[in-house]
Amino acid sequence: MSRPVPRRPEYQKINKDLFVLTYGALVAQLCKDYEKDEDVNKYLDKMGYGIGTRLVEDFLARSCVRRCHSYSEITDIIAQVAFKMYLGVTPSVTCNNASRNEFSLILDKNPLSEFVEELPAGRSSLCYCNLLCGIIRGALEMVHLAADVTFLQDRLKGDSVTEIGITFLKQPNEKKYRRRK
Amino acid sequence: MADEALFLLLHNEMVAGVYKSAEQGEVENGRCITKLENMGFRVGQGLIERFTKDTARFKDELDIMKFICKDFWTTVFKKQIDNLRTNHQGIYVLQDNKFRLLTQMSAGKQYLEHASKYLAFTCGLIRGGLSNLGIKSIVTAEVSSMPACKFQVMIQKL
Repeated sequence: MSRPVPRRPEYQKINKDLFVLTYGALVAQLCKDYEKDEDVNKYLDKMGYGIGTRLVEDFLARSCVRRCHSYSEITDIIAQVAFKMYLGVTPSVTCNNASRNEFSLILDKNPLSEFVEELPAGRSSLCYCNLLCGIIRGALEMVHLAADVTFLQDRLKGDSVTEIGITFLKQPNEKKYRRRK
Repeated sequence: MADEALFLLLHNEMVAGVYKSAEQGEVENGRCITKLENMGFRVGQGLIERFTKDTARFKDELDIMKFICKDFWTTVFKKQIDNLRTNHQGIYVLQDNKFRLLTQMSAGKQYLEHASKYLAFTCGLIRGGLSNLGIKSIVTAEVSSMPACKFQVMIQKL
């Protein structure tokens, strides 16, 4: 070929752009189909759930993480390994309550909304990245952990950072997760 | 590359989602392929802009099609198009013998009729890419045996 072949890093960036652009087109189409923001949010969450249940297998196959013994370990793994692997960013983790089952992932830079300037007019309660919540919820459920995942802060709605809150729900037989003495 | 898994899963969910809402009567059935194709169109337009930012100008139509078959396909699907045929009068046939979005499905006749749903987005992708390079076209796809598929591009002379 007469044209010089572009370097690898550019190609990888474009690969990520493919996912981000596809997601944007999807949200745009959903906004056209559904009038209410809650419907779009629910749809994105359901979609994310479907993706998460399958993504977790891919994740576990690629990263050789060992069994976790606490909720904070799990959240650290989600932030430092999973996010890094799939989105190329590492959110910081904070624990929100004393009983250590509520955590927050704080993202300075949200790769999914890289090309979004602002939410469209009349869509102020749209959670643009609700897919992420669904993915995390689906993935956790596949490893037998029930959790509530929502957006606590969103840069697109005017907050300074994007914050995802994970609340691990109590298991009926929690004895299994306690470390043996 | 881990990103690929994400895109594959998102694409499959999109197809499933569009068809499920059609089933529930919210949208007519024939519109599903159009929806997916339109989404692909928009993504193709954006992608090709980012891609060709620093490349040299294309000499002619054939040069553009070769670019799509080599660089574009390699970046998006990690491999080149296996065969490009043309009649030099505006019709191009791109053949991919192992199409990435179909490899996850079983390779027999079982899902052949459903395969076209998974090609609509990519047809739009090609059409959008060509559109932003100044070429108006119609792109269709057919699958004769999984996971090989053929994309037919008909250039529309204005």
